[in-house]
Amino acid sequence: MSYGNQFTAHTQLKLSPFFERTSELNESQEWRRWSGYLAATNYELTHENEYFAIRTKAALLDITPLYKYIIEGPDAERFLDRMVTRNIGICKVGQVMYTPWCDEEGKQIDDGTVQRLADQKFRITSAEPNLEWIETNAIGMDLTITDDSKTTVALALQGPNSRAILNSIASDTLDNLKFFWMMETRFGDIPVSISRTGYTGDLGYEIWMDPKDALSVWDLLMDKGKPFGITPTGLQALDMARIEAGLILLDVDYISSRHAIVETRKSSPYELGLGWAVKMKKKDFIGKKALEAELARGSEWEFVGIDIQWIELENHYRKVGLPPRLPSTAWRTSTPLYKGNVQVGYATSGCWSPILKRYIALAHVKSDFAQSGSTLDFELKVEHYRKLTPATVVKTPFFDPERKRSCPQ
Amino acid sequence: MSAVKNYDAIVIGGGHNGLTAAAYLARGGKKVLVLERRYILGGAAVTEEIFPGFKFSVCSYVVSLMKPIVMRELMLPKFGLELLPLESTFTPLDNDYLIRTADPDETYREIARHSLRDAEAYMRFGPLMGQIGMAVRPILETIAPNAIRPSLSDLFAGKKLLNHFKSLTSVQFEYLTKLMAMSSADFLDEWFEFEPLKATISASGITGTLMGPRSPGSAYVMLHHYMGDIDGSFRAWGFQRGGTGAVSMAIARSAQHFGTDIMTEAPVEKVIVNNGKAVGVALENGDEYTSEIVISGLDPKLTFLKMLDESDLPSDFVTDIKNFRIRGSSGKVNLALDGLPDFTCLPGEGRHLRGAIIISPSYDYLERAYDDAKYGNFSQEPYLDIILPSVLDPDMAPPGKHVMSCFVQYVPYNIKGGWDDQKREAFGDAVINALARFAPNIKDIILHRQVLTPADLESTFGLTEGNIFHGELTLQQLFSLRPAVKWADYSTPIKNYYQCGSGTHPGGGITGSPGEMAAKKILKDW
Repeated sequence: MSYGNQFTAHTQLKLSPFFERTSELNESQEWRRWSGYLAATNYELTHENEYFAIRTKAALLDITPLYKYIIEGPDAERFLDRMVTRNIGICKVGQVMYTPWCDEEGKQIDDGTVQRLADQKFRITSAEPNLEWIETNAIGMDLTITDDSKTTVALALQGPNSRAILNSIASDTLDNLKFFWMMETRFGDIPVSISRTGYTGDLGYEIWMDPKDALSVWDLLMDKGKPFGITPTGLQALDMARIEAGLILLDVDYISSRHAIVETRKSSPYELGLGWAVKMKKKDFIGKKALEAELARGSEWEFVGIDIQWIELENHYRKVGLPPRLPSTAWRTSTPLYKGNVQVGYATSGCWSPILKRYIALAHVKSDFAQSGSTLDFELKVEHYRKLTPATVVKTPFFDPERKRSCPQ
Repeated sequence: MSAVKNYDAIVIGGGHNGLTAAAYLARGGKKVLVLERRYILGGAAVTEEIFPGFKFSVCSYVVSLMKPIVMRELMLPKFGLELLPLESTFTPLDNDYLIRTADPDETYREIARHSLRDAEAYMRFGPLMGQIGMAVRPILETIAPNAIRPSLSDLFAGKKLLNHFKSLTSVQFEYLTKLMAMSSADFLDEWFEFEPLKATISASGITGTLMGPRSPGSAYVMLHHYMGDIDGSFRAWGFQRGGTGAVSMAIARSAQHFGTDIMTEAPVEKVIVNNGKAVGVALENGDEYTSEIVISGLDPKLTFLKMLDESDLPSDFVTDIKNFRIRGSSGKVNLALDGLPDFTCLPGEGRHLRGAIIISPSYDYLERAYDDAKYGNFSQEPYLDIILPSVLDPDMAPPGKHVMSCFVQYVPYNIKGGWDDQKREAFGDAVINALARFAPNIKDIILHRQVLTPADLESTFGLTEGNIFHGELTLQQLFSLRPAVKWADYSTPIKNYYQCGSGTHPGGGITGSPGEMAAKKILKDW
């Protein structure tokens, strides 16, 4: 429904080129800050439909606030390979790699994707500004570094119908675009790059474009996407989807080692469930020595999924005469996990998963207590009183549909 | 045909409760066979492509009360259960409309447009119904005790319930009693003044029941529907992606995961009874399967009067089953549409099309609709509960096209002169006209129309008299009386013959609950 309310406001925050559309669509006028931008929390008064759009239709998100850098030159590959933990040497043109990067102590600074745009040209995305880190480490190398954060803008189109929508617009079929690959194509006469990536753990794409084409691309997607259920989607729904997908969020699930202040706040990729992305066979990369040592002695922490058991949780509420009340959106408050009387970890984000019908969370747990299947006690506040309720350690992702990776036959 | 001829348990009927029972029994280590008469599983919870490219939840259309423990224990999300929220209830009126949405501020403002007093009362009404639902839930979750000759476990169950009743607050007790005894109209008159609001809420009290909103007892049926809002997981009211058939398929996949064999197009002719004991089933094609126990997911009339010979049963029990009220009162009109309905009172496409659309402008409208049925006619201006599944799930129809599900009341099974094609089409026309009063473009966008009378529901889905709940949800046939006194704990007068359909406690709707509790009782008895 539209009630014809007109709303204008002045802001000191940055506005994405999509703001002209998103501000009109945002019925709740709920916004969050994301890297200094005004970003929609949810467009409707409640986020539910947007969440289900991600999982059953197609959700359209403005992801302009991501930091983006172009690394170009004869040494670009060698430089990135040294900076991040993944093996950039085997990243083909048109391929995308998700990767963390670390400081010399093997503690994680940030995580993002590396796109190989050409043999000697890459784009790297990050959650926080990384220009200084990149420049510092590129000293003496034959390459140029460009901050692409404002010169390229992006939309994420996520959900089972996303491919059908793009196929109805793009000049080339997306049927053969594999998970974590990208392609150049056109929407009419507008050139766009489309990567099969996202932050939802579902079938989905990210569309990269020149800011001058932003509104045309938005309008095309909204128009052609309509019969497929395209839904402008805010960060609240995205937060639930990324928890279900077991994807970490900087400043929520971990703190960049560059800002950690104290050592205990830092985490290595091994302690964040990203051991698979650390390629020890590589000759050298920043943090390798420290990570080798950590691998040899074993990590102190693990990052795991937590499945909070329903029946016991319900009983806690029943005892005070209430139906179970969970936050309807994702939470981000650090919550203690116990084994016996000893705190052995803490959950950093969690939500009720409507698609899985489970109450789930992501947590840091001391390695001795982090085996899948083991039971911990999760701290729960019921009517102002602290209670402990059992939670099982499980592997992430919680939600991993086949369509995320598959291509049509 | 199944190569195995001998099973631990045979379930008659692949409806959602039969499949649930089968899954639980298989999960309990039993070798189970499900026999379904039709080509497709699901019973009344079925999705069929009636018109090319358009998928209809042909009979039941929303998932109201699916029991959370069943979802978890049978791992239904893993096997395809995906419930999308039905966010709003839209009541079009001649010059205005009423809408309630998932957002409390919006709902308050919308009701306050009509009555400020009602808007405030409504804020208290929902939580109160939630509290009452909490009070009723333990009853729904208890295997109904034998009230005449209680067993030891019946006494324990009775004691537990007694303690539960002692723990109720005075408010819970007061309203529970009122809801058990009153008509939904009387009950709602105590709360609200805006007629369309009252009529819309009361309408859930007549669903599947041959009663009007002013009939005593209708308030309980309303409560039964309210349970969907409080049961365990958030917003249990929902629309299953892919239609209600996808719920059945999720349960079937779970059953198969646990090792259940399922046969379709395998109509059962009779339960084979030997010395007062069920020993297997005979199919219509003459094949026989033996098993230690037999479970029927059919309604009580079919379970006892068709699957058995009356002579196998005690005569007082036969009388009880014959008296069991199972009057069909509803029909279904499913439409394939070229576009969306355009409501005069709220034109265009909007979020109001994403929830339930209820044609129920006043008590009088509903009562008049009921009057027609009392005297053997279908309602000339029927009550409609409409959803547009394709708005929630675009995959239900080709891009840009839509499907519409209209649940219609009242449509008596015993129509004057009997049902024929002409009457069916006249009934379909009455439904379209009732809708066209508020959305005149509907007549121009219909690509295909499927009209189901109670007689059609009976012949297609095996629902006696077309009753969607396998028997009305009225007090005299609930709990220890559903379907008959002494036989409400899923057992029957025939040894090793059990029942698990909606005609058993706690009754109808896509809940999985009768199937689950029957299977748990059977496993306990085994």
